[in-house]
Amino acid sequence: MTDLFTPFHYEYMVKAILVSGLIGGVCAFLSCFITLKGWSLMGDALSHAVVPGVSLAWLLGLPFSVGAFVAGILAALSMGWVKNHSRLREDAVIGVVFTSFFALGLLLLSLYPSNLNLRTIIFGNILAISDPDILQVLIISALSILVLGVKWRDLLLYCFDESHARSIGLNTRFLHFLLLALLSATAVAALQTVGACLVVAMLVTPGATAYLLTDRFGKMLVIATITGTTCGVVGAYASYFLNGSTGGCIVVLQTLVFLVALVLAPKHGLLAARTQRRAAAAS
Amino acid sequence: MPDTSPPPSIEVTDVTVAYNNGHIALRDATFTLGAGTICALVGVNGSGKSTLFKAIMGFLRPAKGRVRIAGATVEASRKRKLVAYVPQSEEVDWTFPVSVWDVVMMGRYGHMNFMRIPRAEDKRIAQECLERVGMGDFKDRQIGELSGGQKKRVFLARALAQRGRIMLLDEPFTGVDVQTESAIIELLRALREEGHIILVSTHNLGSVPEFCDQVVLVNRTVLAFGPTDQVFTEDNLSRAFGGVLRQFHFESSTIQENDGRTVKLLTDDERPLVFGRGGHLEYTNRQGREDLVKERAKEAGE
Repeated sequence: MTDLFTPFHYEYMVKAILVSGLIGGVCAFLSCFITLKGWSLMGDALSHAVVPGVSLAWLLGLPFSVGAFVAGILAALSMGWVKNHSRLREDAVIGVVFTSFFALGLLLLSLYPSNLNLRTIIFGNILAISDPDILQVLIISALSILVLGVKWRDLLLYCFDESHARSIGLNTRFLHFLLLALLSATAVAALQTVGACLVVAMLVTPGATAYLLTDRFGKMLVIATITGTTCGVVGAYASYFLNGSTGGCIVVLQTLVFLVALVLAPKHGLLAARTQRRAAAAS
Repeated sequence: MPDTSPPPSIEVTDVTVAYNNGHIALRDATFTLGAGTICALVGVNGSGKSTLFKAIMGFLRPAKGRVRIAGATVEASRKRKLVAYVPQSEEVDWTFPVSVWDVVMMGRYGHMNFMRIPRAEDKRIAQECLERVGMGDFKDRQIGELSGGQKKRVFLARALAQRGRIMLLDEPFTGVDVQTESAIIELLRALREEGHIILVSTHNLGSVPEFCDQVVLVNRTVLAFGPTDQVFTEDNLSRAFGGVLRQFHFESSTIQENDGRTVKLLTDDERPLVFGRGGHLEYTNRQGREDLVKERAKEAGE
């Protein structure tokens, strides 16, 4: 029985559990907007595109999150520019831009090793997170929560009906940029927890799960945030016993919750759909 | 609530819109609309209807010419939320997790504070608008659970809630049952009486004479604009549509003289547009058009 409390005896475990929960929650809140806006691919792209920023920030002596954030925004802007000035489809543009950024990041990191090594950036290492890095995560999370808390209705309208938002005088260009900035910022914060490869899961899966479970945006936000936070906390905790990758544990857990929702969701689940089909066939 | 704002108007003067790739969507378009009108915007797909809408809403900056709303610039009218837009059903994501109430509330966003927290006044107006379109009982439905006609009415309620004096409707009757269509037309007529400008983009020609008092015919430019019976002529329509319109000429058909006026006209979805002898526009109902009937009778007597 006392074994279950062992992880809490280690300071690094307590930190890892708390930070994972926080990041899980913030990413999950944002994931509702990302999934509804159809930006899942964009989330994947940005989480990879932040990598060169980490290296450059180290070379310039800046906090890694600043560099990563700037790289993310630059990537988003270049995607927008290439898309508007070429005949390529969006998926091709995203594919080209984010791999270029990621490759540049790999190159820089191999040439100029920084305080965060390549492995940490790609696969995450929350157990070894340093206090200054925790501070960065806290600042990013607080800012994101603040902005989302104040502007979520505008962002929702922007995701739902951009034309209407524009016609009543909302600055949709600003909202677009705001959502991109939030996406980059949270991708940066999640980098150390689960790594660049799995950030997109944190930014999509909770939202996708909640979307299956409800038809109300308010409830979707609550469900997603609870799922994200719980998976972050439980995943980090479980990784101690499994002695496996923390990021892996968190994301596998999120996937399990998603699968349960996919099958059992009361209205939009696979089972519910089957019952409805049967009922329709019987009547 | 007394309205002290100047009466709405739309002035489009020599507007040319070019896209980034150099494609010119609209050239030298000119028309004006005053308060209290239902005006149809008619043209084939790609004729510039939606471009014109976007120019009026200020989403596209004309390369040449200007758009004035109630005498002011488009930007100023946007700040005053003068122009309400009712999107085509295809443009809306119906699986989006929002309720009917949420959507109507979005019409009030422009009037709320920066946190968009509704006041009692906003709720009252939203409720009133929902009831006006007969959707008061559907407040808590997710928008995807509505029928085609109900969906349309919800977005009309949102436009009403915005309290804009100018309403742009994009293909309002596609996927809408006949009853809803007449309900919507009734509502639009009431709004016209209140002095609104309603601009309806449609390619459902037959419905135009039924409820639009003015028409703007477009094909890459404004071909003609003015009262329906003057603009909606066979000649103008064939200029707007080229060879695109399907036609059924009674005189060369198997219909005989002895069929007389008992000939019935059915169409699957859209209302038929019927021209009489000499290219007169014919309406479905004699009621309210007694003058026209008399005039035609006189012509026949001559």
